[in-house]
This record gives sequence, structure tokens and C-alpha cells, in this order.
Amino acid sequence: MDTQTNLARFILLAPLAIAVCIQLFCRKNHSLSAKLSVVFVCLTFVAAVFVFFGPDSTPPGEPWLDFGPAFRVPIGLAVDHLSKIMLLIVTGIGSLVQIYSLVYMGEDESKARYFGNMSFFMFSMLGIVLANNFVMMFIFWELVGVSSYLLIGHWFTREAAAAAANKAFITNRIGDFGFMIGILMFWSASGTFVFSEMQAALPTLTLSAGFLTTTVLLIFCGAVGKSAQIPLHVWLPDAMEGPTPVSALIHAATMVAAGVYMLARVSFLIALSADAQLVIAAIGATTALFAALVATQQDDIKRILAYSTLSQLGYMIMAIGLKAEGAAIFHLFTHAFFKALLFLGAGAIIHALHHEQDIWKMGGLAKRMKWTFYTFAAGTLALTGCPGLSGFFSKDTILVAAYNNNLWFFVPALVTAFLTAYYMARLCVVVFFGKARTETAAHGHDGPIAMTGPLVILGVLSVIAGYNTAGYFISGPAESVNWIVTILAISAFVGGALSGLFLYWGQSTDPILIPALKKKLYIDELYAALIAGSQDLLASIAGWFDKWILDGVIVRGLSSGAWGLGFVLRFFQFGNLQAYAFLFGVGVVAMIYLLVFR
Amino acid sequence: MSLTLNHYLFVSGLLFAIGFAGVILRRNIIIIFMSLELMLNAANLSLVAFSRFNLTADGLPNYNAQILVFFIITVAAAEVAVGLAIIVALFRARHTVHVEDITSLKF
Repeated sequence: MDTQTNLARFILLAPLAIAVCIQLFCRKNHSLSAKLSVVFVCLTFVAAVFVFFGPDSTPPGEPWLDFGPAFRVPIGLAVDHLSKIMLLIVTGIGSLVQIYSLVYMGEDESKARYFGNMSFFMFSMLGIVLANNFVMMFIFWELVGVSSYLLIGHWFTREAAAAAANKAFITNRIGDFGFMIGILMFWSASGTFVFSEMQAALPTLTLSAGFLTTTVLLIFCGAVGKSAQIPLHVWLPDAMEGPTPVSALIHAATMVAAGVYMLARVSFLIALSADAQLVIAAIGATTALFAALVATQQDDIKRILAYSTLSQLGYMIMAIGLKAEGAAIFHLFTHAFFKALLFLGAGAIIHALHHEQDIWKMGGLAKRMKWTFYTFAAGTLALTGCPGLSGFFSKDTILVAAYNNNLWFFVPALVTAFLTAYYMARLCVVVFFGKARTETAAHGHDGPIAMTGPLVILGVLSVIAGYNTAGYFISGPAESVNWIVTILAISAFVGGALSGLFLYWGQSTDPILIPALKKKLYIDELYAALIAGSQDLLASIAGWFDKWILDGVIVRGLSSGAWGLGFVLRFFQFGNLQAYAFLFGVGVVAMIYLLVFR
Repeated sequence: MSLTLNHYLFVSGLLFAIGFAGVILRRNIIIIFMSLELMLNAANLSLVAFSRFNLTADGLPNYNAQILVFFIITVAAAEVAVGLAIIVALFRARHTVHVEDITSLKF
């Protein structure tokens, strides 16, 4: 038992212990639950730092399900290149978000439940990061879905929150259906679930191209659900019904990144099928562009950031499809910082303005909420790809990969970059500059240190996390700078930012109105109609069958038959004894005739 | 003219038919019962006739039939006992001996 494995076990199990402890013993004691959760998540972060600087450790794990050599599911913790950085991200941002929640959820009635669910989420997410085999990852995948459901539905007495939680979980489950089939298909080919064994067994297998493409695409279904790609993206904007720290942690930095992480883990599988890569990259690019378009017309600050997350996830998935997993994880790394920062900043604004989320009711906050403004600005610049900040470096690697592969991917990616700068500029101008549009906006102020502290830390990280870190993610010799891509990216950033600034400076309502984009291209309505329609059709067929066949033909038919037969036969009951005797005699004569003379 | 088997069988059949007609056509339950007895005895007569005319190899009558007649007489006696008991019970319930009046099993 080396130290790395022990640390990894502590990192995985401590949040679970806290979650169980809170649920069983501390439900009434809100402040104790909060403090326990925060302290332990910070301890896991410290442990993750030690793990990061230690050696890799990938033991085979304890046997759990063992049905012979054909079906073996161990419980193993893989501490390798990929999981170490992910551990840092998850525990680091988790700690900052939980510290922030101490203030944001300070007056909430169910703080204990919130922190219990938060710790449970940390456990589930760390399970995905550390899993060394597919089935274990799938189990934690589902657990993360449950945690997301619990946290989105934290204020479940709100109709919209409960519905959003359901939507998130059900949409995830649809993706997970394909995911499970993909896992089983690949198990049937290679005979094992463990990632390292699968990778070792690959050269010895001969699999048809069709099989490989189908398996990879099915496994990708899981990422489509979890990382909210088209067509299963519908749950992420609605998930903003949950508390803002939840949005920051789960729906920006960690859970939605789990899809990208999983694909990076099985990149050796994806490399086998060029068709699947094309599909993955296409879906990623489409999601990125679509989400950026919709974000330009949204008015709720959290919805804008949600669509921004969708768009950046699209970038990451596209990078995976372009065989640039290193670029995808690099972008995941930087995105975690600046997106969490943006969400926490939005949360500070929402908290200060007493839960107002419409950007057209804010304004002029730059002067009144200085810390929030500076950190939010840093996050915005990082997101939009301002040269020198972290997002610029990671986005650049993805754009280079797209440029080297196919212009059909590069152009949408570039347009998305332009739109990203545009809608973020729109957001910043409307929220921070100009005059306050309402009374509450005029009285906004920065939060306490527990709120602004994480913002500052994340702000600093958003700025510096790109320098010299690309080498950790992208193996191989450093390529020379692709000046065409860099210049195009910088012009997209400048162009988008300037258009946003120009169009929205000093406006009090939205000058541009594109209803289709505002209504998210009516996809939610389409899905509701499809599901309601098919449900109604099935129900009416079942109803007809039950009413006419089961009730009518079978039940009533049989009973009417018996009744009719009885009605006919009743006429033979004369009640007259001598008539019966006569018929008896006739019958005897007939019998004698038949027996003797025939 | 000597009497052959056919004469006795004819009489037996005639008696049987008269008895059957009585069961079908008479109204009084006691008379019906009497006709029933007549049918039984017609059967007895034909059995004895067969016994008398189908001799065995030794020239003796076939006694199996005559034994069967005794059985039938015994059964008839038992049947009369039970049947009269039922008629008395029926009379006590319905206060009539006319069969046409007993129609409670009519639909």
C-alpha cells in the first residue's frame, strides 16, 4: 500500500464519510454540517496537491464483482497523468465553491442538506476521476447524475427547480443508455473493463470498422448526455434553477467536464475509428456555434453563462474528435477556472441585488462592486481569448488543431470565438457600465471576504494558468506558433468585443431582437411536442385496446356467450315430469337403433 | 298351435308399451308408479321366456336369466319403498297427486 494509493483513498472516501455523517447525524445542525464539509474538502485539496507531486500509481485494485476471468469488475484507483490534474481541479474548485457557499447559502433553511449533497457530489466526481475501469466509472457517472439532481432541486418546492432536476436526470439517463451498450460492446470484444488492460489488449484484436465506429459512438452518447452536447443539451440551461455555487461547481467546472474527461481516458479507443471522430468533432462544433448564437439573445445572466459553458464544452468535444485530447483537457483546465469565476461573480451580483437575475435590471455595478467587477472582467477576458490570459492559450491550441484538420471545423470555431467575445462584451456592458436601471441595482455592493476571496483566487488563476502549462497536457515537441490562426483568433476577439461594446453601450433595452435565438431555436418546445405526441399516441392505442379488445371481446364476449347459450338452453326446461319421461324413452329407442342396426 | 318364444316376447313387449304409455299419459302419480312396475315385470317376463326357450346342452333351462329375475324383483321392491316415501313427501309439500301441477322447475 503506497502513500499515493492511500492518499487517493482518503480523497475519494472522505467526502462520502462527511456526506453520510451529515445526513445521518447533523441534519438539524446547519452550521456544523457546513463547517465539516468545508474543512474536509479543503483537506482533500491538500491531499490532491501531495498526490500531484507524487509518482503515478495504478494498482489493479480490489476485486469486487468476479464471475470468472470473463467478467471482472475491480474497485481500483488510477493515479496517473490525467487524473492528477483533474483531482487538483475538482478538489480545488470544490473547496473554493464550498467556502463561497458559506456566505451565499448563509441564510438558507436547508444548509445541512446542501452541504451533505455537495460532499456527496465531490465523492461521486472524484470516483469518476479515479476510476480505473469502465463499470466503476459508470457507477460514479450515475451517482454524479443523482447528485446533480439533488443539488439542482435543492429548492424543490419551486416548481421550476423540481422540473429542471427531473429534466437533467432523465436527459442524462438517455445518454447513459447508449453509454452502457457501448461499454458492454467493447467488453464483449476485449473481455475486460479495466482501461489499462483494454489498452494493452487492443493490438491483438481484429475488429470490423463498423463495430468500432458503433462502439465509440455509443460510448460518446454518454458524453453527449453528461457534457450537454446537441441533441441532449436541453438540461443545462434549465439547471440554472439550482443555487449559483452549484452551477459554478457542477455545471461549469466539473460534472459537465466529466464527459470530456471520459473521452480523454478512452482516447485510445476513439483513435481507432475515423468516422466516429468525424461525428464527435461535428457534434462538438455544432454545439459550440449553436450555443454561442443563442447566448447572444439571452437576458438572464446565468443563462448566458450556461450557454457559454455549452459552447466551450463544444470546443472541448470538437478537440477530442480532432484527436487533440491534450488540447481538450488543457481547455478543460483553464475553462474550469474562468467559468467558475464567472459563475461565482454572477452569484455575488445576484446575492447583492437580492436574487435579481435579469441583466436589463442591473447596470453601473462597476463602480459599486469593485472586486466583483475586476475579477469578472478577468474571467471574461480569459473566456473570450484575450492574448496573454489562460483562455487564449488553450483556445489557440484547439483552433490550431481545427485549422490543421479541416476548414469545416475551423470556420465555425472561429465564428464561435467572435460570438463569445460579442455576447460577453454585451453582458459586461449591460451589467457593469452605464447607469443603474433599478433601485436595487443602485445599492449593490461587494460581498464579504468569503465571497470575494475565491473570486480573487480564481481571477489570478484565470490569468496565469496558461503560461508554460500547455506542456503538461500536450505531449510531443512544441510546435511552432501558427501565426495565421493566432492572428485570426485575436481579430475574432477584438472584432467581437468591439461589436458588443458598440452595439450595447448606453442602451437601456436590447436593441437587437431575434426571437428564434431568444427562444433557443424552439428545441425545448419541439422535444415537448415529440414526447407529448408519442405519449398520447401510445396511450390512445392502449386505451382503445383495453376498452374494445380486453373489455369488449374477451370479457364481455365470453360472458355474453355464456348468457346466450343459457338463454337458448333454458327452453328445454319444461318442468313437466311426463315430458321428460317421454324424451327419455325416445332417447332409449334411438340408442338401441344406433347400437343394434348400425 | 304351440306357444313359441315369439308369443311370450310379444306379450312382454305389449306389456312394456302399455306400461310406458301409462308413465307418459296418466296424471295420478300413484298410477304412474304402477305403470313403472308394469314395465319392470314385462322385462321379467321376457327374461323367463328366454330362460325357458334357450335350453342348454343338457336340456335344462338357462338358470342365469331366472336368477336375474329375482334380482329385478328385489330391486323393484326397494325402489317402490323409496319411491312411495318420495311421493308421500311430495304430497306433504304440494298437497296434490297430480303430476301436471308440479311445475316449479319450469323456466
